[in-house]
Amino acid sequence: MIEFLNSIQNSLIYKNFFLVLSGLDNTILLLLISLPLGFVLALLFALARVSKITLLSKTIASYIFVIRGTPLLVQIYLIYFGLGSIKFIRESFLWYALKEPFWCGVIALTINTVAYGAEIFRGGIQSIEKSQVESGLSLGFGKFSLLRKIILPIAIRKVLPSYGNELILMVKATSLVSLTTYMEMTGIARKIMAKTFAPVEAFIAAGILYLFLNFLMVQFVKYLEWKYNPHLRLNN
Amino acid sequence: MFKFDKLVFGDSGWGDEFLIATLMTLLVSILSMGLGLFLAIITVWAKIVQNRITRFIANFYTTVIRGVPELLVIYLIFFGGNAVVMSIAKVFGYNKYIELNALTIATIAIAVISATYSSEVLRAAYLSISKGQIEAARSLGMNKFSIFFKIISPQVIRHALPGIGNVWQITLKDTSLISVTGLVEIMRQSRISSNVEHSPLTFLITAAILYLSLTTISGRVFKTLEVNYSKGFST
Repeated sequence: MIEFLNSIQNSLIYKNFFLVLSGLDNTILLLLISLPLGFVLALLFALARVSKITLLSKTIASYIFVIRGTPLLVQIYLIYFGLGSIKFIRESFLWYALKEPFWCGVIALTINTVAYGAEIFRGGIQSIEKSQVESGLSLGFGKFSLLRKIILPIAIRKVLPSYGNELILMVKATSLVSLTTYMEMTGIARKIMAKTFAPVEAFIAAGILYLFLNFLMVQFVKYLEWKYNPHLRLNN
Repeated sequence: MFKFDKLVFGDSGWGDEFLIATLMTLLVSILSMGLGLFLAIITVWAKIVQNRITRFIANFYTTVIRGVPELLVIYLIFFGGNAVVMSIAKVFGYNKYIELNALTIATIAIAVISATYSSEVLRAAYLSISKGQIEAARSLGMNKFSIFFKIISPQVIRHALPGIGNVWQITLKDTSLISVTGLVEIMRQSRISSNVEHSPLTFLITAAILYLSLTTISGRVFKTLEVNYSKGFST
């Protein structure tokens, strides 16, 4: 038994695991900023998308079309390499953020998730029955309170499963930020591989951590679904 | 800042290189989509057949691949694939060094990812076929083979087409990650060109436009196919 434990401790996966673990905080940091920001902006964009102002709605629609039609990697590179090559951006205050791969990653991830999220929320908002809005109006709700008390709560809880999918995709998407020299889990795994020439061990260690992160995310979404859909609970 | 004059065809521009790169992206997408669908059919079969072991393997495969970043899967197959192939070859008594070319590795890597998404789509489509139809076919004396090709497949295709269209879009965009393996597709080409010309913005925007046109055009194609396959079913 002790021999077995020793062999585990000496194995490359075990050692790599803790090395990769040191990049976990960087991965989580990316998510902690881009996910809440993405959620709020996605809601606003969804509302703008369904608004009756044609110009606004069309603008948002084309933004969503462009972002969903191009790979995230192109967006990350455009922000990291592309914006940095414009002279007046390098001279403006924006450069303080854009010279850091971290902030480029955050901006790219947010821009990306907002497009997907807005489309998901739009589906939720449009699926609300007209009668519910009408009864709200007949009870004397103003536009704002109608939105806050009736439309958004129903829409958000309806789309929780698909928004949960988007959240998991975002966890996976953070790995792409490693291509801008930002050292999160994938970046560290690649560094280990370059050092030890043992690719499988390095990437399996990182894979286990990503699986764990996604497992937590799934549990979080499940909890939200349970909390905000009390009428769908099987037993109390 | 912008050097769009560098996008002309011929020796002075990158137009022809980008054309070849676009064809490479399409080639990788189509090959890996095809291989992915094949893998997905096997996965679905493993999931619906009454066998605990195959079901466990299939579920393990889809859960792990879908829970791990695509980039990690590509790295794993790119850096670890040769070792696996060589150890398999060793079993058959072949001891020389084997190196898979970038296209093969790219296709396999993207197919492994794409298959997990396709399998979910195909499984849902298969489950939407009512059992009564299969029973009716059996009572008419059809064998397993013709039930699969005449009853199940046509309906699965119709039900799965919208989902497969989505998977295609994801696969097409995932091929951009293949650039890390050195295969010259749109993304890699835009990095090469921007390094040479010192104008990342030009070539990255070109790449974005190329991807956007590919996804838009293929989206149209799938719409047409959907209309074609759901003839007689007004929606």
